[in-house]
Amino acid sequence: MALYDRSSAGDNLARGLGWFSIGLGVAEVMAGRSIARWMGMEDKTNLIRAYGVREITAGVGLLALGDPKPWIWSRIAGDAVDMATLAAGMENNPRAGNARIAFGAVMAATALDVVCVQKLHREEAYYRSLPVPDYSDRSGFPRPVSAMRGAASDASIGEDMRTPRILRFQSATGPAQSQSAQG
Amino acid sequence: MRALVWHGANDIRCDTVPDPEIEHPRDAIVKVTTCAICGSDLHLHDNVMPGMEKGDIVGHEFMGEVMEVGAEAKSALKVGERVVVPFTIWCGECDQCRRGNYSVCERSNRNKALADKVFGHTTAGLFGYTHLTGGYAGGQAEYVRVPMADRTHIKIPGGLTDEQVLFLGDIFPTGWQAAAQCDIQPTDTVAIWGCGPVGQMTIRSAILLGARQVIAIDCVPERLAMAKAGGAITIDFQEESVVERLNELTGGKGPEKCIDAVGMEAHATATLDSMYDRAKQALMLESDRAHVLREMIYVCRPAGTLSIPGVYGGLVDKMPFGMAMNKGLTWRMGQTHVNRWTDDLLNRIQEGQIDPSFVITHTVPLDQGPEMYKTFRDKRDGCIKVVLKP
Repeated sequence: MALYDRSSAGDNLARGLGWFSIGLGVAEVMAGRSIARWMGMEDKTNLIRAYGVREITAGVGLLALGDPKPWIWSRIAGDAVDMATLAAGMENNPRAGNARIAFGAVMAATALDVVCVQKLHREEAYYRSLPVPDYSDRSGFPRPVSAMRGAASDASIGEDMRTPRILRFQSATGPAQSQSAQG
Repeated sequence: MRALVWHGANDIRCDTVPDPEIEHPRDAIVKVTTCAICGSDLHLHDNVMPGMEKGDIVGHEFMGEVMEVGAEAKSALKVGERVVVPFTIWCGECDQCRRGNYSVCERSNRNKALADKVFGHTTAGLFGYTHLTGGYAGGQAEYVRVPMADRTHIKIPGGLTDEQVLFLGDIFPTGWQAAAQCDIQPTDTVAIWGCGPVGQMTIRSAILLGARQVIAIDCVPERLAMAKAGGAITIDFQEESVVERLNELTGGKGPEKCIDAVGMEAHATATLDSMYDRAKQALMLESDRAHVLREMIYVCRPAGTLSIPGVYGGLVDKMPFGMAMNKGLTWRMGQTHVNRWTDDLLNRIQEGQIDPSFVITHTVPLDQGPEMYKTFRDKRDGCIKVVLKP
């Protein structure tokens, strides 16, 4: 089981990155053409929009799906893909300067992602280092379970809580089977 | 007085608030000696249950000493008596109360008009659990006003500790009713999803009521260890297939009785459908994550029974109802009719048949409550049940 603290410094940073992901993703989807033109990579408009969908997915995952570590790792992988795309797009690009600015921004985001995932793993390691309490003697019963099974079978339970007789499982040789066979 | 107060999502604080006062002749004021954080309080903490307002006092599992009694409650309660307060407020006079259906009392919800609109017909008033159920101040506080106190109490005899009887107010009768409404037979296999506090009580109840085999499903090692101690065969759903293991344990036929002690916040990342639910929940397109319900419908033996003590708040999506219909499953669900069971359960505690305090893992002062909500939610530090001392 993954261990995490949804109030820790690492988790707060992960949430911040989650909101950043959603913001960036929405911008990439809605303004993919403008972003691509600004970077001199208009042929990559659809790719940038697809990256936007990826960012939104990571953002929702970070904000809503518990353990943030897999989502931060997915962001790091996404950052690598972004950098590869930008590096490839700088050749023979009259707006290579803008692409370099974008590359730098992705590097900064990657650095934040790496810091975040390191924090999260350190926090998990700390929780894992704590002793696991042993509850194997907490039965709540005064005697072994075998002696307690059915000890309350005399309990008064109203008919409204009972399964109607006709719906109960019948014994294999009981009347219900023979009736149904006749039916 | 000090009380735990809801301020918004993930924001419960220990504030100083005005002391409660008698507002109606049937009221009583109880000084809280012990209270607990219930799993369903986490739905409020996480803000997935609609109807909370900033400033609401939370908590519905509490007990204490009667400090003041209204004129019309004096025949039933006396100052100084020790009581556990059930989380459902009941009048004892309406059609539903006369049938023992206290959790759907027709008169105790002071926001009846709102509940009528939302639910079709009102259910009972509850302590500290949204304005849909009356907006009554809760019991994670130093003092509580108990409405309809002449009915809404369980008197506690001497010789029992707070920890032994506190859970008569909620989780013990909740687990008991979950098992009882399955009508457990000595040949039954009962599968229980969730080994939190209600799940633990349900396991013990199913054993006491005589189930041949009790199977508990969770992924937290210490909770599974506690479930095993109570007599359950355990399944760690992160380590093995629930469907395959249940089939293996039931000769391929499935359990006759399935109990959902998880409710609306099923583990968010364990399965694809849970992730789908969580994403929809985050986008406010769905209120409840119903993975356990779907799995119960799938694994339950045809003509079997599903029992649902886990709390659901609103809308669920992708429910395989055709599967449930074709398998002829019986559904039993609802909030607990606490006082219907408590005389019997109190006797069983007094006789030593069970000691519900086994579930307590953390006891802290009230002002540490906000931090313990987070520890409980994140299942850290082996936390299963938190008891607070005002």
